[in-house]
Amino acid sequence: MATQHSRSAARLMMAPAVVLLLGWMLIPLSMTLFFSFKKYLPLRGDSMADGLDWVGFANYARFVSSSSFWPSVQATLVIVGGVLIITVVVGVLLALLLNQPMWGQGVVRILVIAPFFVMPTVSALVWKNMFMDPTNGLLAYLWKFFGAEPVAWLSQAALPSLIMIVSWQWLPFATLILLTAIQSLDGEQLEAAEMDGAPPLKRFWFITLPHLSRAITIVILIQTIFLLAIFAEIFVTTGGAFGTKTLSYLIFQRVLESQNVGLGSAGGVYAIILANIVAIFLMRIVGKNLDA
Amino acid sequence: MARAVTQNRKIINTTAAWAVGLLIFFPILWTILTSFKTEAQAISDPPVFLAFDWTLENYGAVMERSNYARFLWNSIVIAGGSTILGIIIAVPAAWSMAFVPSKRTKDILLWMLSTKMLPAVGVLYPIYLLFIQLGLLDTKFGLTIVLMLINLPIIVWMLYTYFKEIPGEILEAARMDGASLKDEVLYVLTPMAIPGIASTLLLNVILAWNEAFWTLNLTAAKAAPLTAFIASYSSPEGLFYAKLSAASTMAIAPILILGWFSQKQLVSGLTFGAVK
Amino acid sequence: MGQIQLNQVTKSFGDVQVIPPLDLTIEDGEFTVFVGPSGCGKSTLLRLIAGLEDITSGHIAIDGSDATDVPPAKRGLAMVFQSYALYPHMSVRKNIAFPMRMAGIDQAEQDRRIEAAAKALNLTDYLDRRPGQLSGGQRQRVAIGRAIVREPAAFLFDEPLSNLDAALRVGMRLEISEMHERLKTTMIYVTHDQVEAMTMADKIVVLRAGIVEQVGSPLELYQRPGNTFVAGFIGSPKMNLIEGPEAGKHDAATIGIRPEHIDISETEGMWQGTVGVSEHLGSDTFFHIQSGLSSEPLTVRASGERKLKYGTEVFLTPQAEHLHRFDQNGIRIE
Repeated sequence: MATQHSRSAARLMMAPAVVLLLGWMLIPLSMTLFFSFKKYLPLRGDSMADGLDWVGFANYARFVSSSSFWPSVQATLVIVGGVLIITVVVGVLLALLLNQPMWGQGVVRILVIAPFFVMPTVSALVWKNMFMDPTNGLLAYLWKFFGAEPVAWLSQAALPSLIMIVSWQWLPFATLILLTAIQSLDGEQLEAAEMDGAPPLKRFWFITLPHLSRAITIVILIQTIFLLAIFAEIFVTTGGAFGTKTLSYLIFQRVLESQNVGLGSAGGVYAIILANIVAIFLMRIVGKNLDA
Repeated sequence: MARAVTQNRKIINTTAAWAVGLLIFFPILWTILTSFKTEAQAISDPPVFLAFDWTLENYGAVMERSNYARFLWNSIVIAGGSTILGIIIAVPAAWSMAFVPSKRTKDILLWMLSTKMLPAVGVLYPIYLLFIQLGLLDTKFGLTIVLMLINLPIIVWMLYTYFKEIPGEILEAARMDGASLKDEVLYVLTPMAIPGIASTLLLNVILAWNEAFWTLNLTAAKAAPLTAFIASYSSPEGLFYAKLSAASTMAIAPILILGWFSQKQLVSGLTFGAVK
Repeated sequence: MGQIQLNQVTKSFGDVQVIPPLDLTIEDGEFTVFVGPSGCGKSTLLRLIAGLEDITSGHIAIDGSDATDVPPAKRGLAMVFQSYALYPHMSVRKNIAFPMRMAGIDQAEQDRRIEAAAKALNLTDYLDRRPGQLSGGQRQRVAIGRAIVREPAAFLFDEPLSNLDAALRVGMRLEISEMHERLKTTMIYVTHDQVEAMTMADKIVVLRAGIVEQVGSPLELYQRPGNTFVAGFIGSPKMNLIEGPEAGKHDAATIGIRPEHIDISETEGMWQGTVGVSEHLGSDTFFHIQSGLSSEPLTVRASGERKLKYGTEVFLTPQAEHLHRFDQNGIRIE
């Protein structure tokens, strides 16, 4: 079926996609790398035409030693970690629930999945204004109903608020994947365990959970990659204030707001390396699946 | 489970599941409802749920203000255009990888996926610079290209998976039946691949519609899609909840409907087939 | 019209040669069966003839003209695949019409042939259904119908019955044999089931690891197997093969005797043994006898009414005129 003739045709057919992605990857990447080694502040008069000064690894050192760096790492870890924990734990529970016999399962599924399809700017703003606003938000009303002082969510508890918003958005994704994985568990395995005398909790722990471990790993890896790059939600709610400046947002600010391109590019390289580490693990799992 | 499930158990499951489902869906529901309230009722204390005077004034206001239609059009063009362009480029690539695989095929596929992992901040400035130089900043065209590039790996992957599911023997049978390559493609392969292509189209239109990094940073007044339009509500003046709700509802409604149809594709597409 | 000749044909996948140089002639109108264990190359050979795989070296000729470089679409052969390979998005009618459409045959002629094929294969009521709505046996008939309407020089069958249940298999076997009698077209049939081979073939080609072990009519292979492999492969239950001193007594490295050619008695005979498991089929009984002659039990056929208890001492006598002898290379000694 694969003759000489079709091999060269195949290579030709792959060319556009490969060339485009190669270009998409290499061109901006090499430029970022280039800028990271230079001093480039366009607002202060540096221009490419005049030539840019080489500063070696100074930008890299400055980025890490800046006072915003460690707080941003912390913010990133808190947000990513928080969302992961919530989405995975609640996701597993939800998946277990949705797997039970019930009426109207299809409708419940749609209800649970819906948040994922809402664009990030909409969900962020809806939460910010209609729920979290300390004067007019629904949560404020709820707090007042129970006689408590309403919380100014996005200023007093910005990180938890963000975690709440992002978790709401990503919970459907985790649930869907975990539900699919649970449904692929052969019911006979559980029945065999029951015949062997295992109570429900033990059946979950020894059979269901290990079966889910692969799906959980995939959920964690994929979500991590996307969570590291959260942008819109921060942009429209706090703008990075109140301790919500993640690493990505910090880089964004350096590059587009304060326009210190060299510094921001160095930060960008850090972000790329970080993402690649996570990606390597993910690709290994996906690669194994390709062979299957 | 071959045993009969007790009615009680089913009732408990149903109640619990519906409660959780409605809780999760509530913000969306609230937004839709609020879009039909007056601004005063939107922030009324206590909040009203269904008992209010339903009105369409917010929709009118939003559509008038700042030319809502243009943002909508931009979203449609950019999301649709990037996906269709992506499919045109991806179909031959996925085809050759599925039907004429070589030793490098798997590596190339994995590499393509890895380009999606690239953090956008890392290449923000170069792209920004390039766009300025090429005059692509704030153009639908420029944004379409960018979104096509970031979704291309997923499109290739999904098409590859669907093509692989077409049994090779059916194509061989077509060959034995006297079909030329063109006949094979036209009469056998394409009809069998259409569901797969449709699913890919669906999912990627959704992803492109909701994209909120490049659409926020590479556009201003002319090419901004709905994501940016909504973002402009982040610090408005005066009462605006009802209008925000109307704008939001209009922005998310098409995708909610599309999303309902594409659940399965979502799972396999976004996990790159690692979970089926 | 359908004579096929293979000349020094080899096939390699990368560095692995799966078919060493092979010569074979299939006469026009013959029903030839390629049979052998899994991995023996029979399907590969069929695909080489079909043109779905390229020949590494050698020549294939169809009706005298060289077809080695001719693409499958132009060889004038029709193939029935193991999985039937029906077009799922087309109705039965369109499936059967497809090859004629490709050949540019006019609509009236197409309809005529479809009607004829449908009638012969009992598909007339199903013409407007899709393959997904048919049973396994019906799908198989559609696959055959698609092949018939091409009026090919030869039919190629790739294990067509292996996906059917036992009862259906027997019925389809007869239908295909009927078809051959009626159409008189060359048929090349691949199977791993030696019963199918024996019952359907004019000529059987026994293959092992890409090598043709023997070519001959079913009875030839049964009565005069050329080596121990063919001897053990053809005939069910398998021929008893005995090595060692007992074979030496007959001037051979291995002797073979079929279960139906051994007489069993409780009182006297050449060999002694103990009755193991008995299989009662009603029409026949098969006794598995433990003897010192070989590590495997000997299989002996007896009449359906014969009964022997487990552990009974018995005596076996092979019928001398049906004793096969093989030398140390496993080749038949005349």
